[in-house]
Amino acid sequence: MWAVTSRTMTSRASTPAHGLLRRAIVAGHGDFAAGLISAVHQISGKGDAFRSVSNRDLSAVGLEEMLRAVVSANDAKIIFTDLPSGSCTIAARRLAREDPSMVVVTGVNLSALLAWVLGTESGVAACEHAVERGRGAMTVIPGSVATESGLAH
Amino acid sequence: MPIELYRIDDRLVHGQVVVGWGQPLNVTFVVLVDDAIAASEWEQELYRMGAPPEMTVTFESVESALKHLPAYQARSEHGILLVGDVATMQRLVNGTGSITVVNVGGIHHKQGRTARLRYVFLTPEDETELRALAASGVTITAQDVPATTPVPLEQVLAGTGE
Repeated sequence: MWAVTSRTMTSRASTPAHGLLRRAIVAGHGDFAAGLISAVHQISGKGDAFRSVSNRDLSAVGLEEMLRAVVSANDAKIIFTDLPSGSCTIAARRLAREDPSMVVVTGVNLSALLAWVLGTESGVAACEHAVERGRGAMTVIPGSVATESGLAH
Repeated sequence: MPIELYRIDDRLVHGQVVVGWGQPLNVTFVVLVDDAIAASEWEQELYRMGAPPEMTVTFESVESALKHLPAYQARSEHGILLVGDVATMQRLVNGTGSITVVNVGGIHHKQGRTARLRYVFLTPEDETELRALAASGVTITAQDVPATTPVPLEQVLAGTGE
Protein backbone atom coordinates (compact mmCIF):
# COMPACT_ATOMS: atom_id res chain seq x y z
CA MET A 1 0.00 0.00 0.00
CA TRP A 2 2.61 2.53 1.05
CA ALA A 3 4.37 3.48 -2.09
CA VAL A 4 7.63 4.79 -0.85
CA THR A 5 10.70 3.14 -2.18
CA SER A 6 12.97 2.62 0.80
CA ARG A 7 16.36 2.53 -0.79
CA THR A 8 19.05 0.95 1.31
CA MET A 9 22.00 3.21 1.87
CA THR A 10 25.00 1.63 0.25
CA SER A 11 27.18 4.68 0.40
CA ARG A 12 27.17 8.09 1.99
CA ALA A 13 24.97 10.73 0.42
CA SER A 14 26.62 12.93 -2.13
CA THR A 15 29.08 15.40 -0.62
CA PRO A 16 29.88 18.36 -2.88
CA ALA A 17 33.07 20.37 -2.86
CA HIS A 18 31.86 22.71 -0.13
CA GLY A 19 31.50 19.75 2.22
CA LEU A 20 27.77 20.00 2.96
CA LEU A 21 25.73 16.83 2.82
CA ARG A 22 23.51 16.91 -0.22
CA ARG A 23 20.25 15.07 0.09
CA ALA A 24 16.82 15.58 -1.43
CA ILE A 25 13.47 13.93 -1.95
CA VAL A 26 12.02 13.15 -5.37
CA ALA A 27 8.24 12.74 -5.36
CA GLY A 28 5.88 11.97 -8.20
CA HIS A 29 3.30 9.77 -9.86
CA GLY A 30 3.76 6.04 -10.28
CA ASP A 31 7.43 5.02 -10.43
CA PHE A 32 8.56 8.42 -11.69
CA ALA A 33 10.78 9.16 -8.69
CA ALA A 34 12.31 5.71 -8.33
CA GLY A 35 12.96 5.59 -12.07
CA LEU A 36 14.58 9.00 -12.16
CA ILE A 37 16.79 8.18 -9.18
CA SER A 38 17.80 4.93 -10.80
CA ALA A 39 18.82 6.85 -13.90
CA VAL A 40 20.78 9.38 -11.85
CA HIS A 41 22.60 6.54 -10.14
CA GLN A 42 23.42 4.82 -13.41
CA ILE A 43 24.93 8.00 -14.81
CA SER A 44 26.57 9.55 -11.76
CA GLY A 45 26.73 6.93 -9.05
CA LYS A 46 25.02 9.43 -6.76
CA GLY A 47 21.51 8.03 -6.57
CA ASP A 48 21.88 7.67 -2.82
CA ALA A 49 21.54 11.42 -2.50
CA PHE A 50 17.84 10.98 -3.15
CA ARG A 51 14.88 9.27 -1.58
CA SER A 52 11.80 8.54 -3.67
CA VAL A 53 8.15 8.99 -2.80
CA SER A 54 5.23 7.87 -4.96
CA ASN A 55 1.70 9.19 -4.56
CA ARG A 56 0.28 5.90 -5.81
CA ASP A 57 -2.87 4.88 -3.92
CA LEU A 58 -2.46 7.58 -1.29
CA SER A 59 -4.95 10.22 -0.24
CA ALA A 60 -3.80 13.81 0.01
CA VAL A 61 -3.49 13.42 3.77
CA GLY A 62 -1.72 10.06 3.50
CA LEU A 63 0.73 11.46 0.96
CA GLU A 64 1.50 14.48 3.11
CA GLU A 65 2.17 12.24 6.11
CA MET A 66 4.39 9.98 4.04
CA LEU A 67 6.33 12.88 2.57
CA ARG A 68 6.78 14.48 5.98
CA ALA A 69 8.14 11.22 7.40
CA VAL A 70 10.63 10.75 4.57
CA VAL A 71 11.76 14.38 4.72
CA SER A 72 12.24 14.14 8.46
CA ALA A 73 14.05 10.81 8.37
CA ASN A 74 16.52 12.17 5.85
CA ASP A 75 16.78 15.73 7.13
CA ALA A 76 16.07 16.89 3.58
CA LYS A 77 15.43 20.53 2.72
CA ILE A 78 14.70 20.09 -0.97
CA ILE A 79 11.80 18.29 -2.61
CA PHE A 80 11.73 17.72 -6.36
CA THR A 81 8.30 16.93 -7.81
CA ASP A 82 6.97 16.00 -11.24
CA LEU A 83 3.83 18.00 -12.09
CA PRO A 84 3.08 21.53 -10.89
CA SER A 85 -0.57 20.50 -10.56
CA GLY A 86 0.18 17.14 -8.95
CA SER A 87 -0.67 16.00 -5.46
CA CYS A 88 3.03 15.60 -4.61
CA THR A 89 3.59 19.29 -5.31
CA ILE A 90 0.59 20.24 -3.20
CA ALA A 91 1.88 18.08 -0.33
CA ALA A 92 5.42 19.45 -0.71
CA ARG A 93 4.15 23.01 -0.57
CA ARG A 94 2.28 22.21 2.62
CA LEU A 95 5.54 21.02 4.16
CA ALA A 96 7.34 24.12 2.91
CA ARG A 97 4.75 26.22 4.68
CA GLU A 98 5.72 24.53 7.96
CA ASP A 99 9.45 24.87 7.28
CA PRO A 100 10.42 28.10 5.51
CA SER A 101 13.88 26.70 4.77
CA MET A 102 12.36 24.00 2.57
CA VAL A 103 12.67 24.45 -1.21
CA VAL A 104 10.25 22.82 -3.66
CA VAL A 105 11.24 22.36 -7.31
CA THR A 106 8.49 21.15 -9.60
CA GLY A 107 8.64 19.84 -13.17
CA VAL A 108 11.92 18.06 -12.50
CA ASN A 109 13.63 15.93 -15.13
CA LEU A 110 16.79 13.84 -15.34
CA SER A 111 19.04 16.66 -16.49
CA ALA A 112 17.89 18.85 -13.61
CA LEU A 113 18.54 16.16 -11.01
CA LEU A 114 21.99 15.46 -12.43
CA ALA A 115 22.84 19.15 -12.41
CA TRP A 116 21.75 19.38 -8.79
CA VAL A 117 23.58 16.33 -7.52
CA LEU A 118 26.78 17.13 -9.41
CA GLY A 119 26.70 20.87 -8.83
CA THR A 120 28.80 22.89 -6.44
CA GLU A 121 26.19 25.44 -5.39
CA SER A 122 23.95 24.92 -2.39
CA GLY A 123 20.45 25.90 -1.34
CA VAL A 124 18.23 27.86 -3.69
CA ALA A 125 21.14 28.64 -6.02
CA ALA A 126 21.71 24.92 -6.59
CA CYS A 127 18.02 24.47 -7.36
CA GLU A 128 17.97 27.38 -9.79
CA HIS A 129 20.99 25.97 -11.56
CA ALA A 130 19.26 22.59 -11.79
CA VAL A 131 16.09 24.15 -13.20
CA GLU A 132 18.09 26.03 -15.79
CA ARG A 133 19.78 22.81 -16.90
CA GLY A 134 16.51 20.92 -16.89
CA ARG A 135 14.79 23.50 -19.07
CA GLY A 136 17.73 23.62 -21.44
CA ALA A 137 17.63 19.86 -21.91
CA MET A 138 14.14 19.97 -23.42
CA THR A 139 14.71 20.08 -27.15
CA VAL A 140 12.76 19.10 -30.24
CA ILE A 141 14.87 17.22 -32.76
CA PRO A 142 12.70 17.01 -35.88
CA GLY A 143 13.16 14.23 -38.39
CA SER A 144 14.38 15.05 -41.86
CA VAL A 145 10.87 14.91 -43.35
CA ALA A 146 9.59 17.41 -40.80
CA THR A 147 12.60 19.63 -41.38
CA GLU A 148 12.08 19.67 -45.14
CA SER A 149 8.38 20.43 -44.87
CA GLY A 150 8.75 23.01 -42.15
CA LEU A 151 7.54 20.71 -39.34
CA ALA A 152 3.79 20.82 -39.41
CA HIS A 153 1.84 18.95 -36.81
CA MET B 1 -23.46 19.99 -20.35
CA PRO B 2 -20.98 22.69 -19.35
CA ILE B 3 -19.96 20.88 -16.17
CA GLU B 4 -18.72 17.67 -17.70
CA LEU B 5 -17.79 15.86 -14.52
CA TYR B 6 -19.07 15.88 -10.95
CA ARG B 7 -16.24 14.16 -9.15
CA ILE B 8 -15.53 12.90 -5.64
CA ASP B 9 -11.77 12.89 -5.18
CA ASP B 10 -9.96 13.38 -1.87
CA ARG B 11 -6.88 14.71 -3.67
CA LEU B 12 -9.02 17.49 -5.16
CA VAL B 13 -6.98 19.39 -7.78
CA HIS B 14 -4.19 17.07 -8.93
CA GLY B 15 -2.66 15.44 -11.98
CA GLN B 16 -5.51 13.07 -12.83
CA VAL B 17 -8.00 15.92 -12.74
CA VAL B 18 -5.99 18.66 -14.42
CA VAL B 19 -4.29 16.54 -17.07
CA GLY B 20 -6.07 13.16 -17.12
CA TRP B 21 -9.59 14.57 -17.39
CA GLY B 22 -8.89 18.22 -18.06
CA GLN B 23 -7.19 17.82 -21.39
CA PRO B 24 -9.55 15.36 -23.15
CA LEU B 25 -12.60 17.23 -21.86
CA ASN B 26 -11.08 20.59 -22.81
CA VAL B 27 -11.75 21.86 -19.31
CA THR B 28 -11.23 25.56 -18.70
CA PHE B 29 -12.66 25.84 -15.19
CA VAL B 30 -12.77 23.80 -12.01
CA VAL B 31 -15.23 24.43 -9.21
CA LEU B 32 -13.84 23.13 -5.94
CA VAL B 33 -16.52 22.77 -3.29
CA ASP B 34 -15.12 22.48 0.21
CA ASP B 35 -16.17 24.48 3.26
CA ALA B 36 -12.71 24.57 4.85
CA ILE B 37 -10.87 25.56 1.67
CA ALA B 38 -13.49 28.17 0.83
CA ALA B 39 -12.65 29.81 4.17
CA SER B 40 -8.87 29.78 3.69
CA GLU B 41 -7.03 32.11 1.31
CA TRP B 42 -3.84 30.10 1.73
CA GLU B 43 -5.51 26.82 0.78
CA GLN B 44 -7.09 28.47 -2.24
CA GLU B 45 -3.77 29.84 -3.40
CA LEU B 46 -2.22 26.39 -3.01
CA TYR B 47 -4.73 24.80 -5.35
CA ARG B 48 -4.89 27.76 -7.71
CA MET B 49 -1.14 27.66 -8.27
CA GLY B 50 -1.38 23.99 -9.19
CA ALA B 51 -3.65 24.63 -12.14
CA PRO B 52 -2.30 25.46 -15.59
CA PRO B 53 -2.78 29.03 -16.87
CA GLU B 54 -5.63 28.06 -19.17
CA MET B 55 -7.66 26.62 -16.30
CA THR B 56 -9.34 28.70 -13.60
CA VAL B 57 -10.15 27.26 -10.20
CA THR B 58 -12.97 28.79 -8.20
CA PHE B 59 -13.80 27.91 -4.61
CA GLU B 60 -17.20 27.49 -3.07
CA SER B 61 -18.63 26.40 0.24
CA VAL B 62 -21.54 24.01 -0.08
CA GLU B 63 -23.90 26.85 0.67
CA SER B 64 -22.45 29.19 -1.96
CA ALA B 65 -22.16 26.35 -4.47
CA LEU B 66 -25.87 25.69 -4.21
CA LYS B 67 -26.49 29.33 -5.12
CA HIS B 68 -23.95 29.54 -7.93
CA LEU B 69 -24.27 26.11 -9.51
CA PRO B 70 -26.91 27.14 -12.10
CA ALA B 71 -24.55 29.85 -13.36
CA TYR B 72 -21.68 27.37 -13.67
CA GLN B 73 -23.96 24.93 -15.46
CA ALA B 74 -25.00 27.68 -17.89
CA ARG B 75 -21.44 28.50 -18.95
CA SER B 76 -20.45 27.63 -22.47
CA GLU B 77 -16.99 26.35 -21.52
CA HIS B 78 -16.36 22.91 -20.09
CA GLY B 79 -15.82 22.48 -16.37
CA ILE B 80 -15.30 19.98 -13.57
CA LEU B 81 -16.91 20.17 -10.14
CA LEU B 82 -14.78 18.62 -7.40
CA VAL B 83 -15.58 17.59 -3.85
CA GLY B 84 -13.40 15.70 -1.40
CA ASP B 85 -15.94 13.32 0.10
CA VAL B 86 -19.26 11.57 -0.42
CA ALA B 87 -21.14 13.62 2.17
CA THR B 88 -20.38 16.88 0.37
CA MET B 89 -21.54 15.48 -2.95
CA GLN B 90 -24.71 14.23 -1.31
CA ARG B 91 -25.45 17.71 0.04
CA LEU B 92 -24.94 19.19 -3.43
CA VAL B 93 -27.07 16.60 -5.19
CA ASN B 94 -29.90 16.90 -2.69
CA GLY B 95 -29.68 20.68 -2.68
CA THR B 96 -29.74 21.21 -6.42
CA GLY B 97 -31.55 18.31 -8.04
CA SER B 98 -29.59 19.02 -11.21
CA ILE B 99 -26.71 16.59 -10.73
CA THR B 100 -27.60 13.30 -12.34
CA VAL B 101 -24.21 11.63 -12.84
CA VAL B 102 -21.46 11.35 -10.23
CA ASN B 103 -17.91 10.13 -10.73
CA VAL B 104 -16.08 8.52 -7.83
CA GLY B 105 -12.51 9.34 -8.74
CA GLY B 106 -10.55 8.66 -5.59
CA ILE B 107 -11.34 7.98 -1.95
CA HIS B 108 -8.18 6.53 -0.53
CA HIS B 109 -7.25 4.36 2.40
CA LYS B 110 -7.90 5.63 5.89
CA GLN B 111 -8.77 3.93 9.14
CA GLY B 112 -12.39 2.83 9.15
CA ARG B 113 -12.62 2.54 5.38
CA THR B 114 -12.93 -0.76 3.51
CA ALA B 115 -11.20 -1.36 0.19
CA ARG B 116 -13.65 -1.54 -2.70
CA LEU B 117 -11.36 -0.69 -5.59
CA ARG B 118 -7.67 0.16 -5.80
CA TYR B 119 -8.59 3.82 -5.46
CA VAL B 120 -11.90 3.57 -3.58
CA PHE B 121 -12.11 2.88 0.15
CA LEU B 122 -15.46 3.48 1.84
CA THR B 123 -16.88 3.79 5.32
CA PRO B 124 -20.30 2.28 6.04
CA GLU B 125 -21.64 5.85 6.07
CA ASP B 126 -20.17 6.51 2.61
CA GLU B 127 -21.84 3.37 1.31
CA THR B 128 -25.19 4.34 2.78
CA GLU B 129 -24.96 7.80 1.23
CA LEU B 130 -23.95 6.44 -2.17
CA ARG B 131 -26.81 3.95 -2.13
CA ALA B 132 -29.21 6.76 -1.24
CA LEU B 133 -27.94 8.87 -4.11
CA ALA B 134 -28.33 5.97 -6.51
CA ALA B 135 -31.83 5.29 -5.20
CA SER B 136 -32.73 8.90 -5.96
CA GLY B 137 -31.84 8.37 -9.61
CA VAL B 138 -28.22 9.50 -9.74
CA THR B 139 -25.93 7.38 -11.89
CA ILE B 140 -22.76 6.65 -9.93
CA THR B 141 -19.65 5.05 -11.34
CA ALA B 142 -16.07 4.83 -10.19
CA GLN B 143 -13.39 5.80 -12.70
CA ASP B 144 -10.03 7.32 -11.84
CA VAL B 145 -8.97 8.35 -15.34
CA PRO B 146 -10.74 8.43 -18.73
CA ALA B 147 -8.68 5.53 -20.09
CA THR B 148 -10.16 3.08 -17.59
CA THR B 149 -13.60 1.51 -17.73
CA PRO B 150 -16.24 3.04 -15.44
CA VAL B 151 -17.25 0.65 -12.66
CA PRO B 152 -20.96 0.75 -11.75
CA LEU B 153 -21.74 1.47 -8.10
CA GLU B 154 -23.08 -2.03 -7.43
CA GLN B 155 -19.81 -3.55 -8.55
CA VAL B 156 -17.88 -1.04 -6.47
CA LEU B 157 -19.85 -1.90 -3.35
CA ALA B 158 -19.55 -5.59 -4.04
CA GLY B 159 -15.82 -5.20 -4.44
CA THR B 160 -15.94 -6.94 -7.81
CA GLY B 161 -14.68 -4.09 -9.99
CA GLU B 162 -11.11 -3.98 -11.22
